[in-house]
Amino acid sequence: MPAGLYRALLTVAGAVAAIVLAIIISSVAIIAAGASPGAAFAAFFNYGETERSVVNGITSMLNRSVPLFIAGLAVAVGFRMNLFNIGVEGQYRIAAICAAYVGSTFTAPAPIQIAVIIVVAAAVGGLYALIPAIMKVTRGVNEVISTIMLNYIAISLTAFLVRGPFTGERGEGLLTTSTPEMPQSAWFPNLNWIFEVFGLPAPRGGGLWGFLIVAILLGVGLWVLLERTRFGFEVKASGLNPSAAVASGVNAKKMVIAAMVLSGAIAGLIGLPEILGDKHAFGSNFTPGLGFLGIAVALLGRNKPVGIAVAALLFGFLDQAQGPLQFANVPPSVIMIMQGTIVLLVVIANEITRRLALRREERRAAQELGRNTPVEVAA
Amino acid sequence: MAAAACGSGTGGDTTASAQPSADASSAPAAGALKVGLAFDIGGRGDKSFNDAAYTGLEKAKTELGAEIKELSPASDGSNRGELLRQLADAGYNPIIGVGFAYGEDIKKTAEEYPEIQFAVVDSASNAANVTGLLFAEEQGSYLAGVAAATKAESGHVGFVGGVENDLIKKFEAGFAAGVKSVKADAKIDVKYLTPDGDFSGFKAPEKGKVAAEKMYQDGAEIVYHASGDSGLGVFQAAAAAKKKAIGVDSDQRQTIKETELQSVVMTSMLKRVDVGVFEFIKAFQGGAKGGSNVIYDLKVDGVGLATTGGEIDDIKDKLDEAKKGIVDGTITVPAKP
Repeated sequence: MPAGLYRALLTVAGAVAAIVLAIIISSVAIIAAGASPGAAFAAFFNYGETERSVVNGITSMLNRSVPLFIAGLAVAVGFRMNLFNIGVEGQYRIAAICAAYVGSTFTAPAPIQIAVIIVVAAAVGGLYALIPAIMKVTRGVNEVISTIMLNYIAISLTAFLVRGPFTGERGEGLLTTSTPEMPQSAWFPNLNWIFEVFGLPAPRGGGLWGFLIVAILLGVGLWVLLERTRFGFEVKASGLNPSAAVASGVNAKKMVIAAMVLSGAIAGLIGLPEILGDKHAFGSNFTPGLGFLGIAVALLGRNKPVGIAVAALLFGFLDQAQGPLQFANVPPSVIMIMQGTIVLLVVIANEITRRLALRREERRAAQELGRNTPVEVAA
Repeated sequence: MAAAACGSGTGGDTTASAQPSADASSAPAAGALKVGLAFDIGGRGDKSFNDAAYTGLEKAKTELGAEIKELSPASDGSNRGELLRQLADAGYNPIIGVGFAYGEDIKKTAEEYPEIQFAVVDSASNAANVTGLLFAEEQGSYLAGVAAATKAESGHVGFVGGVENDLIKKFEAGFAAGVKSVKADAKIDVKYLTPDGDFSGFKAPEKGKVAAEKMYQDGAEIVYHASGDSGLGVFQAAAAAKKKAIGVDSDQRQTIKETELQSVVMTSMLKRVDVGVFEFIKAFQGGAKGGSNVIYDLKVDGVGLATTGGEIDDIKDKLDEAKKGIVDGTITVPAKP
C-alpha cells in the first residue's frame, strides 16, 4: 500500500473511531441526565415534518457553519506557524462593529458597498492583530498572553461603541442596542434559489447566507496560498523548525507579522455572514464566542481548509439540534459534551495515527536499507 | 381579567385591569391549546425571571389544559430566532419569548408567521400579532424604596443595578422616588455593574459583592438590587456586614439556595412574570389578538413586595398608603432617574 494512502486511511479511521467513542461517552452522559440516547440521536436527524422545516434546519446548520469555518481558518493560519492567536475573538468583534458602522454611513451600488464593508472588516481585524505581532517581534511578548488581554479590551470597546459613538436609533420600547441599520445595498443576496431549483420552499428568516460563497472562495484561496506559494512554504517551515527556517533565509520577524495580520484579517470576516445576511447591523444580540470555537474547529480540522470545512459542518450539525433535542426532552448541554469529547478524542487520535504512520515509515525504510536497494521516500 | 386589547392598532397600551373578561364560551377546545415558550440565556433554574415565566406556563397546563413546550437558547444566544421558528413549525400557538433580547427576533418571526400569536416579556409590541408584556417595575421599586427608607434609621441606602439600560433604570428611578418620599435628605448610593450592551452584569455575583460591600462600608444600611444572579453577591455582602438587602423579581427569601443568606433578604420586589404569562395565554384562549402592550402594575398586583419573614409587617400601613396613592394616581412614579 502506498504510504500516502495508508496515512489517509489511518486519519479517516482515527476520526471515525473518535466520533464513535464520543457517541458512547455522550450516551453515558445522556443516560445520567435521565434521557434516552436513542431519542437523542434521533433528534439530531429530526428536521421536522414539513418540507419547510427541513429546509429551515439545513439552512440553520449551514448558516452556523459559515462563521465557524472562517474562524477555523483564522486560527489555523497562526497555528501553522506555531503562533497561538487566541485573539480571534476580540479581532472579529471589533472588526464586525466597525464594518457594520461604516456600512451604515453611506449608500453605493451593492457590489461596491459590500466590497467596502468586507475590506473594512479585514483591515480592522488585521490591524488589531498587528498589535500583538509587533509586541512579539520587538519585545518578545508571548502572543497568547497579549491576545487574551486584547480580547478583553476589544469586548469592552465594542460594548462602549455600540451604545456610544456608533449607536443607532432604537425601536420604540426595545431595550436592545445596535448600530444604525445598513442600507439595502449592503444586504448580501441570499442563496435561497438553490432550494427553489430543487422545488423546495425557501427557508424562513434571513435565508441561506450568500456569504457562504465568499467563505468557500476564502478557503480555496487560503489553500493555494499555504500549499502552493513561497509564502505558504515559509509559514510551514517557520512552524516546523524555526531555526532551520531562519538559517535558510526566512525573515522570522516578517513572518510573525505577516501570519498574525493575515490571521486577524480573516478573523475580521467572521461576523460578516450574520451582519450582511441577517441582522444588517451590529447589536447586543450579535453572536459572541465564535473566535474561541474557531480554535476547536481548527484543531479538529488539523489546520487544513478541507478539514476545517468538515469540522465546521460537524459543529453546525450538532448546534442546529438545540431545538430538536429539547423537543425530545434531552438537555441541550449534551451538544457541548459531544463537541468537547469529539475535539479531545480527535486530537488524541491524530497523535496516535501520526505515530503509527511514522513507525511504519521507519520500519519500511529500515527494511529497504537492509536489502541495500535505493530508498524511495514517500512521506 | 383578560390581558390583551382586542383589535387595537400597534402601539396602543392597555392596563391589564382595564380590559373586560374574555368570553370563556368562545374559547377553543382545551386540548387544542399548544403553548410554546422560549427562555432567555440562563434558561430554567435561574430562581428568578425565567423560572417565574415557567410557573405561569405550568399554571396554564394545569388550569387551562394546555400542552406546553419550553426551549432554552444556546449559551451564546445565537439561535433565538430558530427556536421560535421551530416552535411555530411544530404547531405551537401562542408562542412566548421571555426577555427583551427577543424583541427583534419576535418581530421577524411574527412577520413570517402571521397566523400565530406571539408575546414578548419586557419588550414592546412591534407587530400586529405580538403582545408586549410589560411591568411597572418603577411602582414596585417605589414601595421597596419606602420600605428601605423607613427601616434605615440613618437614611443611607444603596441600589445595585445589573446592566445600565432603560429597564434597570426604571428600578432605580422608582426606588429613589420611594426613598425620597420618606426622607427627602436620604443618601442613595447607586452602582451599575456593567454598561448597556454588556449583559454580563446579570450573572456576575463577585461584582455585585464588591459593589455592595463598598456601600455597606460607606454606611448604607439597606441595599436594593436589580441584577439577576449578581444579587447573590449583594446578599453575601449584606451577611458579612450584618445588614439588610432587598431582593428582586421573585421572593428571594424563599428561592435562594443559600439558607444562611435568606435572613438578610428583608423583602423582595416581586415582578409577576408568571401572572403576565398566564394571563396572556388565558386571553389568547379567549380570542385576544396582539398588536398592543399590556402593562402589569400595582393595580393588578403585577408588581409588589414579598412579605416572607415578616420583616416589613410593622410598616404595612405606610406601604399600603403608598400603594393606594400610586393606584389612585395621587403619586406618580418616575420611570427614568
